[in-house]
Amino acid sequence: MSILDTIEQGNEPEQGLKPRSELTARELLRDVGSVLRMSEADVAKLGQLPQDASEDQTMIINMGPQHPSTHGVLRLMLELQGETVLRCKPIIGYLHTGMEKTGEALTYLQGGTNVTRMDYVSPFNNELVFSLTVEKLLGIDTDIPERAVWMRMLLSELNRMSSHLLFMATNGMDLGAVSMMIYGWREREEVLRFFQKVTGLRMNHNFIRPGGVAADLPAGWRDDVLHLLELIEPRLDEYDVLMTGQPIWRERLQGVGIITAQEALALGATGPILRSTGVAWDLRRDQPYLHYGQLDFDVIVGSYGDAFDRYAIRLNEIRESMKLVRQILDRMPSGDYRIQNKKVTPPPRARIDESMEALIHHFKIFTEGFKVPEGEVYMAIESPRGEIGCYIASDGSATPYRMHIRAPSFVNIQCLPHMMRGGLVADAVAIISSVDPVLGEVDR
Amino acid sequence: MSESELHGCPVVDRLGQQVLFAPRARYQSVIKSLLADGYEMCIDLTAVDYLIHPGRSLPAGVQPERFEVVINLLSIAARARLRVRVQVPEADSAIATLFDLYPGTEAMEREVYDMFGIVFTDHPDLTRILMPEDWDGHPLRKDYEIGRIPVQFTVAQASAAQATLGATP
Repeated sequence: MSILDTIEQGNEPEQGLKPRSELTARELLRDVGSVLRMSEADVAKLGQLPQDASEDQTMIINMGPQHPSTHGVLRLMLELQGETVLRCKPIIGYLHTGMEKTGEALTYLQGGTNVTRMDYVSPFNNELVFSLTVEKLLGIDTDIPERAVWMRMLLSELNRMSSHLLFMATNGMDLGAVSMMIYGWREREEVLRFFQKVTGLRMNHNFIRPGGVAADLPAGWRDDVLHLLELIEPRLDEYDVLMTGQPIWRERLQGVGIITAQEALALGATGPILRSTGVAWDLRRDQPYLHYGQLDFDVIVGSYGDAFDRYAIRLNEIRESMKLVRQILDRMPSGDYRIQNKKVTPPPRARIDESMEALIHHFKIFTEGFKVPEGEVYMAIESPRGEIGCYIASDGSATPYRMHIRAPSFVNIQCLPHMMRGGLVADAVAIISSVDPVLGEVDR
Repeated sequence: MSESELHGCPVVDRLGQQVLFAPRARYQSVIKSLLADGYEMCIDLTAVDYLIHPGRSLPAGVQPERFEVVINLLSIAARARLRVRVQVPEADSAIATLFDLYPGTEAMEREVYDMFGIVFTDHPDLTRILMPEDWDGHPLRKDYEIGRIPVQFTVAQASAAQATLGATP
């Protein structure tokens, strides 16, 4: 029976709200429900509010999909009582282009161009998890040259910095700290400039590929990275002065959008959201991939699970990433940047003129692609937004039989109703911003 | 491929990853036991349509079916992962929901329902999540044509537009 029928029959169940402290996490998530479980059609049938709206009348309004603070095309159906948010339902799918279906038609070499467009703010992480999965299926995951592994770490850490800088910018913009928006974009642009020098593109690089990376680092890359670090380090201290200690900023964020560790675990939230509740879970440290196990860095955790913790975690994760980048610079080995396996790696251009086999391999790799043994595997890495995972089932052909990306934002936006419950509409903006969803990845 | 057993289900090592094959009838109770074992997070829930690849390797006693629901569990304390695969037949493509055990599977199960048409019984809000509410078909099924572009405009709207155009010669 839909909620409408119950209302029409006049026996609508009481929607009294118990104080949050009296509820267990399980009750919060299921019985009382912060999630508004109504279809759009049902809401449309509700129609206009009566003229003499009584005090306990609730109202359902849409926020988005074109609202500037929804970071793309997220739409929230909010049930309000006055200015208080009672329940909420995130409505997604506006950016859905069937990328998982497209992935089934692309060869493993072309697949990178597809996955890199999912989380367009941290494309290297998408490419990395896809490549790691394909390499695992091929059984070449231990043969990747050292330089390629360290280059992958360098790029994914710089990408974490650029992604968190973008968060700084949008978080500032959402809360009215417009100077912060300009500063965040400016610093991010410096990182993207380095990406452009290395890969030729600012975003959507398709640079990390199964078997290694697409090209070696350009001449002078070390100076560029050092320059970048020197530039950003004092700017982060400026952010602290501008935002972290500032009373307005703290008032807007502290105690807003609280989520407990129990709720975060139950909802499957990962990344800064889980860490803001005090659970120190970072795949780089806890299930190390690449060579993260050899590096020294701290996992930043919060203690209150509020929007301010998530802001502070991301700010300090930029510092940790810079620490990692410095260590990577010291240890970057020389050598080959992609695996010398002729079935996976196309031959260099010069060899095609000399060798018939090289020509055949080149032709076969770019027309048919390489075949991947039958099997299925799930690999996960720590993206700036949480655990990004890739599940590939292969049937032994040159295209994945099924390619699924476990997108951290897709799972994380389920936290929104629970964070917003009982808060103000104005705080809803701060909460969406603190979850930092990328809608390209949510909808895929 | 080494085989062992957990909660009466075969567990197989696939490329260093543990895969448990749960029967559909006992699926919910097996996951419940795993939750009690310390797998406190359901990281991922997805499905595969094995329509055109029926000959996959499965442990003895597991009957291959068209659909397979794949769940990735994570234990933070043990730093361990476990993948659970459940066979779901085409004729009766329904399976119990995990919402009561892991509330975070709500969106993932809606996505699988949307993309594969697998019904999760007792799910609180089993509606389409990515596709429009009135969409026909389930796009990630293997018999769903790729490149099929539906016409977005209805006849009524078209004739209304023509009438407007016709009214102002």
